[in-house]
Amino acid sequence: MSRFGRFRQPSVIPGFGLTFGFTLAYFSLIILVPLVALVLRSAGLGWNGFWAAALDPRVLASLRTSFVTALIAAGINVVFGTLIAWVLVRYRFPGRRIFDAMVDLPFALPTAVAGIALTAIYAPNGIVGQFAAQLGWRIAYTPIGITIAMIFIGLPFVVRTIQPILEETSKEVEEASATLGANRFQTISRVLLPSLAPAIMTGFALAFARAVGEYGSVIFIAGNIPFVSEIAPLLIVIRLEEFNYAGAAVIATVMLAISFVMLFVINLIQAWSRRRYGYGS
Amino acid sequence: MEVRVQNVRKEFDRFPALHDVSLDIKSGELIALLGPSGSGKTTLLRLIAGLERPTAGKIFFGQEDASEKSVQERNIGFVFQHYALFRHMTILENVSFGLEVRPRATRPSKAEIRRRALELLDLVQLSGLEKRYPSQLSGGQRQRVALARALAIEPGVLLLDEPFGALDAQVRRELRKWLREIHDRTGHTTVFVTHDQEEALELADRLCVMSQGKIEQVGTPDTVYDQPQSPFVFGFIGESSALPVNIERGDIWLGDRPIGISSPEASGAARLFFRPHDIELVEGDAALSGVVASSRRVGGTRRVELDIGGAARRVEIDLPFDHPAGERSQISFRPKRWKLFPPTDQPPLS
Repeated sequence: MSRFGRFRQPSVIPGFGLTFGFTLAYFSLIILVPLVALVLRSAGLGWNGFWAAALDPRVLASLRTSFVTALIAAGINVVFGTLIAWVLVRYRFPGRRIFDAMVDLPFALPTAVAGIALTAIYAPNGIVGQFAAQLGWRIAYTPIGITIAMIFIGLPFVVRTIQPILEETSKEVEEASATLGANRFQTISRVLLPSLAPAIMTGFALAFARAVGEYGSVIFIAGNIPFVSEIAPLLIVIRLEEFNYAGAAVIATVMLAISFVMLFVINLIQAWSRRRYGYGS
Repeated sequence: MEVRVQNVRKEFDRFPALHDVSLDIKSGELIALLGPSGSGKTTLLRLIAGLERPTAGKIFFGQEDASEKSVQERNIGFVFQHYALFRHMTILENVSFGLEVRPRATRPSKAEIRRRALELLDLVQLSGLEKRYPSQLSGGQRQRVALARALAIEPGVLLLDEPFGALDAQVRRELRKWLREIHDRTGHTTVFVTHDQEEALELADRLCVMSQGKIEQVGTPDTVYDQPQSPFVFGFIGESSALPVNIERGDIWLGDRPIGISSPEASGAARLFFRPHDIELVEGDAALSGVVASSRRVGGTRRVELDIGGAARRVEIDLPFDHPAGERSQISFRPKRWKLFPPTDQPPLS
């Protein structure tokens, strides 16, 4: 009996020790060791040094830009991603498969390509940007542009997490709601959306995480003006170019901590709702 | 409430699911739509509910033409085969849902909604489970919640789509009895769909037997069982065997032998239908006779499969379980109750 004996479940596929050991080793190698190295590197500055670097106004501004734009982008993605998933699951129309495949394009496209394309469109002389410019709006080179790039790269995460759950949700549940007298709005707000909530939350978490870490597509459209449209990942690169490795590690550690806490909370909410509603019923 | 289905036709993408169906459902009765899959019974139920629109024809609720009314306006209770409960709501919230979504003018107070929901949960014998979630209940319990939820809106008509289809045999039997009790107590006009003839015979006041988008026969369980109007009904309700026969000068012949029963019908080919238990064993030539091919016990009797005559045709008859006939022994019998139908167009199996 190994030390893990009490976690072992009877199973037709044996090998708890092997798979668990491999998982731990792999997880350490790929995720844990680099992250620990990162934290250790930033710890090299000492307590005061760490906080001095972390609370630098330019760092704080870039963190705020990154997290605020990522939150807004994930929020917008949740709304429209749910809508797209709905249309793809519920309706049969010509070109649906092509449309469906196109949802994944932001996954596949090199992010720099996406950034350059978006900049070309939203720059003040671009196809869309010129109309915005007439209204006195600037999109490229502002946080709005950053948000648009983040929406672009985060959309597939939301669509792809909600789609299977929506396919699983039977039409009967909506019909039951209608027979009970609920109008369309009530059916959507009281029956459909609450049952999708866990999937929506997962999609939100994934889109948010991706947006916070996004670099390639954002830096083209952001304009990268310190205190205005400079994202934290870019500031990390700038610190690296200044050979200020510890400073880069400090920003990275702070980002890591904030992201981890947010994702962990979302996971807790999900686990709670999953326990409550059960799945596959 | 009375429901009248008038010459309703329904096509899905040009594929006809119902051909010109008419049915009168009496107020307060419990009627079963019975048929094999693909017979259009669920389509008919969904048309009554308003979940589908008829291609042609009308549906009346009482004197009112409901054909153009939406599902919400029809005030029906619908129970789905797979329960369709709202899994993010507690049992109490599920049952209250229909009252809570009402417009403010007709919505009862919160306390009143709660009182009515608890009363219904008591009716379906689920008191004490109101705080649970659907995933924490068994199949039978979930279906009872679904029924309570449907009853909460005080529907004019209660529609059930294979309500016990997903449950195991024992729970099915219990729920069947219990549904009958609830119906007798509440008196809702109830239509339920089933493919299980035993369930329909036991539960319903009247049966509506359907096949291939048409109604074959409507009547009480006794009428439908004892006087089937078509070969389909004879074969679908209860057990039966069929033999191709000839009528000559009033006598019925199987191949080159008279079988000892006569019919006033005109001479010619026909198909003879009878039930395994409606037979008598006889001695002599003028009878159906065959060799025992297999036998198995069914309840208190023995069901025997006989090879009749030269044509490799098999029929089933019931014998007392202590009858001495064994494999390959010869048995002669005559049907006591039987019915002739015109021959099929299909070539006989041989």
